[in-house]
Amino acid sequence: MQMNELTEPFGRLLASLCTSAAVREVEGGGSFGAMWEELATSGFLDALVEESVGGAGLDLADVEPLFELIGFHAVPLPLSETIVARALLAKAGITAPDGPIVLVTSLDQPVPCAMVASYALVDTGEELILAEMAGLDPKSIGNHHGLSAIIAKVPVADVSLPRPSDGLRPLAATVRAALIAGAAARLTEMSTNYCNERVQFGKPIGRQQSVQHMLAVMAEDMIACRIAAEIGLSKGLDMPIAVAATAKATTSAAATRIAASAHAVHGAIGISEEYDLQLLTRRLHEWRLADGSEGYWAAQLGKQRLANSASSIDWVRDHIFS
Amino acid sequence: MFDTFRLAELPSSDEDLRPRIRELIARSIDAIPLDQRARSWQGFDRQFSRTLGKEGFLGLTLPRRYGGHDRGPFARFVVVEELLSAGAPVAAHWFADRQSAPLLLSYGTEAQKEFYVPRICRGEALFCIGMSEPGSGSDLASVRTRAEPNGSGWLLNGQKIWTTNAAHSDYMIALVRTSGTTAERQKGLSQLIVDLKAPGVTVRPIVDLTGDSHFCEVFFDNVQLAEDALVGSEGQGWDQVTAELAFERSGPERIYSSIILLDAWVRHLQAVGRIDKATEVGALTAELATLRAMSIACTARLVAGESPVVEASIVKDRGTGFEQHLPSVIGDDLGSHPDEPIAAELYRTLLYVTHIAPSFSLRGGTREVLRGIIARGMGLR
Repeated sequence: MQMNELTEPFGRLLASLCTSAAVREVEGGGSFGAMWEELATSGFLDALVEESVGGAGLDLADVEPLFELIGFHAVPLPLSETIVARALLAKAGITAPDGPIVLVTSLDQPVPCAMVASYALVDTGEELILAEMAGLDPKSIGNHHGLSAIIAKVPVADVSLPRPSDGLRPLAATVRAALIAGAAARLTEMSTNYCNERVQFGKPIGRQQSVQHMLAVMAEDMIACRIAAEIGLSKGLDMPIAVAATAKATTSAAATRIAASAHAVHGAIGISEEYDLQLLTRRLHEWRLADGSEGYWAAQLGKQRLANSASSIDWVRDHIFS
Repeated sequence: MFDTFRLAELPSSDEDLRPRIRELIARSIDAIPLDQRARSWQGFDRQFSRTLGKEGFLGLTLPRRYGGHDRGPFARFVVVEELLSAGAPVAAHWFADRQSAPLLLSYGTEAQKEFYVPRICRGEALFCIGMSEPGSGSDLASVRTRAEPNGSGWLLNGQKIWTTNAAHSDYMIALVRTSGTTAERQKGLSQLIVDLKAPGVTVRPIVDLTGDSHFCEVFFDNVQLAEDALVGSEGQGWDQVTAELAFERSGPERIYSSIILLDAWVRHLQAVGRIDKATEVGALTAELATLRAMSIACTARLVAGESPVVEASIVKDRGTGFEQHLPSVIGDDLGSHPDEPIAAELYRTLLYVTHIAPSFSLRGGTREVLRGIIARGMGLR
């Protein structure tokens, strides 16, 4: 993680609030009110809101390392989503309600953290609607310690705001990309440490060349996730499909490999409930699927690419880097 | 982990070079067929390199006082990216511009800098890099070619192999043993400049499976080198080579070796009007964009004055994986449409890239060596 004046205090806050015990408690159905209160009073919720209306006036590229930290610490609440939702609401001149907000880009598939959200910002395909979660009848998926839910009821417009031209999905997907990058960094660290400590055949398993090479590839994926997420969040809230697709296609594809390698080096203890690895790897898989997996975004990107006669390098320069 | 390895941007002052280099490429290389362009940085054209030198595109990272342009690694990235995207024949000046001149600037004497670097910047002094030997590939520290100090300088004996473009080059910078024994490994190695026209030097090209002969064997039989053939300090060759490899491994040539084939395939899909492979095209495009950003991020570490050995290894290992994956995806696509006509030129290009692709993760350090470097950088071992 980059340690600067923004990330350092934020990282400390998350480390103290979201201990693995606290994460387990929220996942087990415990109250999240106290944790949310602390996050809300920290002032970070309005990081993206303009200074003139009481926010910190940062842009998405500035907060990308914060989103990574949220993934790194396996925060069991929709914190990044709330930061983005509050920015969109403020832009539309709407005062954001208190409480965690999820971004809903599908009424047919699970929304991560929907079971611990007070509100949902829903993309109906025509507009964005802010609705109270209680009125949307969220149905838990029912997997062990999962916080995802499918929104069962189509919201009725109470508070509505204009829909970005490509909808909410590019933005939501790119937030997931940054969360994946953060969890990937944590898993790479945990796996490296474990391999230096765990002794088999009379030496740390990290001295086995096959293990070293697996971890080296994991580090490559971790860096690719970080940089792809940074690409995704480099263009602001009005996000072009091409940058979102690059971010989410790259991170979703890497997520399964990173989770697999982390579990492979940890052995059986890695899949036990009491060991922290699962807090990260379960999220990695959840985020990979949410808001479009690698196949969805690769198809979006490929369609745009094939419609243009430029060379590959020119095309990525014009549509992703400029 | 690797905290400073983050997204960086090419400065607009360096982006400004793009139209000029494009114009030069357009006027110089239009007639080259696709499968020749796919040779990428293996294509050798002494005249083209001189043209690049004359028009100010070599020595971009080098100081003006030695004929360079004081622009830095970002400017070089822009120019190299355009050259590779066009499949321009850049091999003649490649090693000198990329690593020999920076090496001489870091470790060379004033006289060496003044003698070699301005000619490198003009595309007139062509260098090859003498590292591998018959018994020393990945295990580079085991080199046995030896230079003994004598009254007139150094007496060189031994053999290099797999040296790219030795047959067309003027000089080799060779990693050789100057003291101690092979048992002492990295200790006692030095880098020497060998004039390839010197008596006792024999160069033999090796033909590869594509019919090209860029690889060479180079034999040294009592080659007398002057005292000033030594680059840097005697016995410091290993550290110097390690720093040099960061230049060698970090550039866009480690992600773009198959780019000519990718562009040709996209044009083919557009020409026959197929979108059934949009997902594959999109996945490759996302990977291309991510790798480009990783390569620029690594270049930013060079700009910051660091020697990003681990970062360069990360980019090269992932980049060459992408380069090798491309012909496999494209081959499957073309082969899974058996009733669709394919231009012979595209097919020939596919086969060329397919056949040469194994070299992508051999040259400049094998995949296995790079992963060892990355693992060490992570704190393993």
